[in-house]
Amino acid sequence: MAEPNIIGGLLGGALIGLAAALLLLLNGRIAGISGILGGVIKSNVAGERSWRAAFILGLVGGAALDAFMRGGLPLRMQAAGPTLLLAGLLVGFGTRLASGCTSGHGVCGLARRSPRSLVATMIFMVVAALTVFMTRHIF
Amino acid sequence: MASIASAFLVGTLFGFGLAVSEMIDPARVIGFLDVAGRWDPTLLFVMGGALAVTLPGFPLILRRARPLLAEFFALPTKSKLDGSLIVGAIIFGIGWGIAGFCPGPALAALASGSPAVALFVVAMIAGQWAASLLETRP
Repeated sequence: MAEPNIIGGLLGGALIGLAAALLLLLNGRIAGISGILGGVIKSNVAGERSWRAAFILGLVGGAALDAFMRGGLPLRMQAAGPTLLLAGLLVGFGTRLASGCTSGHGVCGLARRSPRSLVATMIFMVVAALTVFMTRHIF
Repeated sequence: MASIASAFLVGTLFGFGLAVSEMIDPARVIGFLDVAGRWDPTLLFVMGGALAVTLPGFPLILRRARPLLAEFFALPTKSKLDGSLIVGAIIFGIGWGIAGFCPGPALAALASGSPAVALFVVAMIAGQWAASLLETRP
């Protein structure tokens, strides 16, 4: 087993949960990152783009703040070149088709007790684990 | 204007949380998904920490008639388990398993200035756009 980051995980997770709760309380929105990004790219309602762009700008800023505090970000890429490109396409395509990702279905959907989110979360977790098993232990 | 400022601040908190929890590190995520290798349970603690807030928090917030800075709660309206949900989750799972990046961490990791992260984000946006073409227009 690799050394887990229990304190950072719990603390960071609680901050993520707090952010999701605050976005619901203040803006009345679900903090699903794929959906927020999707609305910046393609939105048919006026006034929908600015809050989404502001949220994503904050997302990058928040990570930059942590990088500043600890002097760099932990970032060990696991794919490169065409493989990374393919993974990005699949993540974008899949999250749009499924109307959500780890944050929207995982953190927020489960909190809303949504059966759709529970099913989606179980599927992408199992499929991702199977993908890792196949790419790391078989091929 | 206030709702844009709050979105920015809340986004900052979210991005900070993703960095503190090290979920922006694809090695941590792949380590969690690699159940047959040197398994890294960190992601489980992150999910646990987040759900510890949202599971009790969401129902309390949704008791209100309306949010503080908006007219109404904009909640998902779909309730059926359809093919799009299942196929989409499978496709997302494959991509997530290959790179160890899901949308939030990938966007937050742009802060590193890494060209590889930028490549992933551009591809992710292209994938979202491609999927949006399949959606039926009202």
